[in-house]
Amino acid sequence: MDKFTPIESRPAPLVEVGVIGWMRKNLFSSIPNTLVTLFTAYMLWIVLVPFINWAFITSDWFGDSRQDCTSGGACWVFVTVRWNLFMYGFYPEDSYWRPNLAFILLIAILVWLSVPNLPYKKWVGIAAVTIYPVVAFVLLYGGFGLDIVPTHRWGGLMLTLVLALVGIVVAIPIGILLALGRRSEMPVIKMVCVIFIEFWRGVPLITILFMASVMLPLFFAGGTDADKLMRALIGIVMFQSAYMAEVVRGGLQALSKGQFEGADALGLSYWQKMNLVVLPQALKIMIPGIVNTLISLFKDTSLIVIIGILDILGMVRQALSDPAWLGYPAEGYLFAAFMFWIFCFSMSRYSIYLEDRLNTGHRN
Amino acid sequence: MTNEQEFIITLNKVNKWYGQFHVLKDINLNVKVGERIVICGPSGSGKSTMIRCINHLEEHQEGEIVVDGVVLNNDLKNIGQIRKEVGMVFQHFNLFPHLTVLQNCTLAPIWVRKMPQKEAEAIAMKYLERVKIPDQAHKYPGQLSGGQQQRVAIARSLCMNPRVMLFDEPTSALDPEMIKEVLDVMVELAQEGMTMLCVTHEMGFAKKVADRVIFMDAGQIIEQNEPEAFFNNPQSDRTKLFLSQVLGH
Amino acid sequence: MKLDNRNGLTRLIYNPTVRSLFFQAVVLAGLLWFLLTIISNVMTNLDTRGISTGFGFLSQPAGFGISQTLIEYNETFTFGRTFFVGLLNTLLVSALGIVSATVLGVFVGVSRISPNWLLRKISMVYIEVLRNIPLLLQIFFWYYVVLQTLPRPRDSLTFGETVFINIRGVFMPKPMAESGFVVYMTLIVAAIIGVFVLGRWAKRRMINTGQQFPVFWASVGILVATLVIGFFITGRPIAFDYPELRGLNFRGGMSLIPELIALWFALTIYTSTYIGEIVRSGIQSVAHGQTEACRALGLNEKQRMNLVILPQAMRVMIPPMTSQYLNLTKNSSLATAIGYPDLVSVFAGTTLNQTGQAIEIITMTMLVYLTISLLVSAFMNWFNKRVALVER
Repeated sequence: MDKFTPIESRPAPLVEVGVIGWMRKNLFSSIPNTLVTLFTAYMLWIVLVPFINWAFITSDWFGDSRQDCTSGGACWVFVTVRWNLFMYGFYPEDSYWRPNLAFILLIAILVWLSVPNLPYKKWVGIAAVTIYPVVAFVLLYGGFGLDIVPTHRWGGLMLTLVLALVGIVVAIPIGILLALGRRSEMPVIKMVCVIFIEFWRGVPLITILFMASVMLPLFFAGGTDADKLMRALIGIVMFQSAYMAEVVRGGLQALSKGQFEGADALGLSYWQKMNLVVLPQALKIMIPGIVNTLISLFKDTSLIVIIGILDILGMVRQALSDPAWLGYPAEGYLFAAFMFWIFCFSMSRYSIYLEDRLNTGHRN
Repeated sequence: MTNEQEFIITLNKVNKWYGQFHVLKDINLNVKVGERIVICGPSGSGKSTMIRCINHLEEHQEGEIVVDGVVLNNDLKNIGQIRKEVGMVFQHFNLFPHLTVLQNCTLAPIWVRKMPQKEAEAIAMKYLERVKIPDQAHKYPGQLSGGQQQRVAIARSLCMNPRVMLFDEPTSALDPEMIKEVLDVMVELAQEGMTMLCVTHEMGFAKKVADRVIFMDAGQIIEQNEPEAFFNNPQSDRTKLFLSQVLGH
Repeated sequence: MKLDNRNGLTRLIYNPTVRSLFFQAVVLAGLLWFLLTIISNVMTNLDTRGISTGFGFLSQPAGFGISQTLIEYNETFTFGRTFFVGLLNTLLVSALGIVSATVLGVFVGVSRISPNWLLRKISMVYIEVLRNIPLLLQIFFWYYVVLQTLPRPRDSLTFGETVFINIRGVFMPKPMAESGFVVYMTLIVAAIIGVFVLGRWAKRRMINTGQQFPVFWASVGILVATLVIGFFITGRPIAFDYPELRGLNFRGGMSLIPELIALWFALTIYTSTYIGEIVRSGIQSVAHGQTEACRALGLNEKQRMNLVILPQAMRVMIPPMTSQYLNLTKNSSLATAIGYPDLVSVFAGTTLNQTGQAIEIITMTMLVYLTISLLVSAFMNWFNKRVALVER
């Protein structure tokens, strides 16, 4: 029998590790793979180089009119000149601090809620859905000594954010009620909730917005013309709460049956069971789903252009039809796309981060 | 060590790395036809990696592996050739959940061996009888217990009529009362003369059927011997320590 | 006995059945009151505005033209006809979009898990960029930016003077049936049936004897031969009507209007990002052990995919895939933003403006989408029950 002698670990052969090993494994592992690498690299080259050239190298960024666009590439002056319009719509210029303040408050709350280990999270969260909307409304609309700014002057990115946030904040409680109703053992309640949810989920948002703009006025007594933005918001909230109900239902289903049985065994009433045991846990599971619906809603708010409310996309389209600035649709639409993308992408990253954190939470 | 032909598996100075981690270090191993080998060692010692290299589920970077006269390299034809002759049973069974037990067993014979379906089914039934579950043939894996699933997995491998069987911790994922039914099948198989390499912690099985026990640690074969000598008179300190832990309780 | 101290009324209040009945009755009454209020409001509002209700308008002449119609239509047809023209256009763009988004989405999803790093990263960027930009914006981008760079009809891009691409759309030859067409079509149908029979025969033979037959190439051969030889034998039964430049635009042939192209491309690309993710997670949802088992049994990569991975991945993929198809169909209603004549644009747009019958028209439009949604989810429920894995 061989005598045993321990062998020291040796470094892996060079073809396995390091840059060469990596490239061999990931780019050139076989002949078809190599061809794919070369082809995609070539495609990337012929697309990216002209684009970067157009958008950055030969582009103009600052100036007052189209005469300042001389370099031959993208004319970002189109955007920079109208920056305020794209951000605030026709909001009075001397009151820009009001939406700014509302936005900064929002960011502060979100940071507080998302950074782990900060205290008073519960209270900040409750304030975020109760006090903050009132404060933000007063700031944006006016009252309490502030000048009234009617909603038809709201626009741009500000309006996009307002629509998305109001939609989600109002939809959450309605969605929770609908989801609980759908799980209810009372047939009438269950049926009403199912019909409500399936109806709004079954039709496209655009038909709901049409409905809100042409049918809704007929529903009010005396034919009062409610605020146009208000009507659109009602439509968005109905649509959104149906989707939210499904997210909540998913969260409730993910909760183990033992939690419900445990609460029942302790003799808690239905609402005690929901408020103390079920919803706090389910809400935690639901946060990624809520963020995902927020992303969809954020993108969907762009549809209100079709009924003539000017969010950021609407402002860009209006600017594009300005006779003094004809011919810059690429710049305009790319800018709007970039703004939407920044918000949606960061939200989706955040939701993935949350999901990861939740997953490890479950495992431990 | 007389005739090269006698060995059905030869590993010659095999080395493998995961990234920079050196998992297998200069492994030399010769397996004779009909030999039954049990491989043991602490977790992370490289024992599973070693048998997974034999049918190229893992790729080794240095050294030579020859199975039944075919050299294992990057040639897809050789790999396919070897995999036909080498059966493998996994810790987590890896049955195909969308196929019935019978279909699980006939899939490879039909598509790899190009066997007519009737014949493949007859063979499958023969092996299902040998693992004592012919009555479950038309059920889906999800409907069986863990022990039954593992026996199906063994039958599935046998249907390919392999010359060598590899077992990668076949009883580790099973509840205690099911381990015996799987081990019984394996013992029977061993007694019929199948060449087997078996990674397991079941020392009783090793004592009962193994021709040779191999102890691995830190990517090396530390000690190999006949079971009698291995268990009663271990040479190295690490083996002693390991045996005291495994047999101690 | 303490329990008997309660009188009849208290007992009733604490009886869960009574409670639940009472609660449901309250909800039902509230709902009825709400609906009745709305209906009476609507009635008075319509009265004061002098709008008559009913579906009589559907048989009145429409009086407007539509740029793309799949069925015969002109201004003299009724509003009822515009409904069907719009519905068919919605179904057309949805069908086109579903096919192309599936093809592109599968490609993107498979690229996402390709062994090639570059391809993997590019498809990731594709998904992350395009799914985070509103669909409406993408439609505008295709319509107002990309398609506007196409040349005027006079300077059309052309393939062999038969297909023309310009700012007015894509113009192609239109196949027209001539004598012998029925015979030719019969031949083709026979060939297709033949291919199916061949496939089944080859499979049976493989199962019974283990021998394989090159079904794919044989089928291609049969089909191509029938198409080509049959065409000449039956005396060239198909003639083509070629598009021709007359004045400022092309006449004759078939055309795809630019609105359709922009909508189709945008729907395809936007939906393909979602389908890509579904395909990726579907394939990845199949445990790695399945792959190892296939390899250990000696199945090759193609067999592994077709016999083991895809059948399992499909179960996971089909439900979300269907809901994406449904989303695509609903999203096609954005057509109205660029004037593609779909149901919403033609019926809930133009027809509504001309007749003012808001309630009837919006209700009909919503019912169409609702019906499609309910049919699809009914199918899904049936499908899920059918393919669910059998577990203990």
